Amino acid sequence: MQWGSVESFFHMGGYAWYVWGSYGLTAVVLIAEIVSLRARRRRAIEEAARAARAAKGSPS
Amino acid sequence: MSSTATASSGFSLFRFAAPHVFYPLAGRMVPWFAAAAAVLAVAGLYVGFFVAPTDFQQGESYRIIFIHVPSAWMAMFLYVVMAFWAGVGLAFNTRLSAMMASAIAPTGALMAFIALWTGALWGRPTWGAYWVWDARLTSTLILLFLYLGFIALHAAIDDPRRADKAAAVLALVGVVNVPIIYFSVQWWNTLHQGASIKPGGTTMAAPMLAGMLLMVFAFWMYAIAAVLVRVRAILLERERRAAWVQELVRG
Repeated sequence: MQWGSVESFFHMGGYAWYVWGSYGLTAVVLIAEIVSLRARRRRAIEEAARAARAAKGSPS
Repeated sequence: MSSTATASSGFSLFRFAAPHVFYPLAGRMVPWFAAAAAVLAVAGLYVGFFVAPTDFQQGESYRIIFIHVPSAWMAMFLYVVMAFWAGVGLAFNTRLSAMMASAIAPTGALMAFIALWTGALWGRPTWGAYWVWDARLTSTLILLFLYLGFIALHAAIDDPRRADKAAAVLALVGVVNVPIIYFSVQWWNTLHQGASIKPGGTTMAAPMLAGMLLMVFAFWMYAIAAVLVRVRAILLERERRAAWVQELVRG
């Protein structure tokens, strides 16, 4: 193990803001994309179900 | 006889372009790509933080490379794939290709944003500035704007088929920017370093290279999973009234 301690790992040789700022933002962006994709999928299914109910209700 | 054979083999291939066939197929592929992305990311981060040594010039700041290079590569690669599908949609009037292009754009934009952000945070300790109007940085910023322009243009036109066509033209015109980004470090005198990996070899230490490549594949798998999930949602949105979707939501 090259870091020696947990503190030195988080310290990143003085580059903590740059390194963790990069990784932190990347994690936030990817998690946000996953959350928004799930929401979009749920919405699309609801919309389609509504359209299906409307089609059933209307005389055809 | 031979013409029947050709027709039937063509049918089996193009069958996957039919939304009702593609939708469940894509759904079955998503967990595999997502799992591959997770496993590769864990391996890549482990190699990147615990195996790869400190850089003798840049200290620990170089560890940004493990997300900077993969996101930058994916931003460029996804743009080419997006323009390809947009072009196919324009040429053959296929709905699924256009939806594929629309599904790629947001993930591509996020990749470009990550590349620019991590680049800024790497540039500050390395060059002394978060941002410089350098050829590589500027052309990557233009890439982000092309993605955003594609999304905005598509959203601004009500008729989805016309939106597909207009956005496809924009995507195809913007493709010239990709080689500009790639070769910018050779064509202009830039602050950005040259390619670490080029045909004929690399200048990187083996564990650094291994960590970076693992992360490249992780980002790649992630992007495929995200795009497949999004294209499935777009299919449901746009084919809402189609019989196969109605059947699907009725259970």
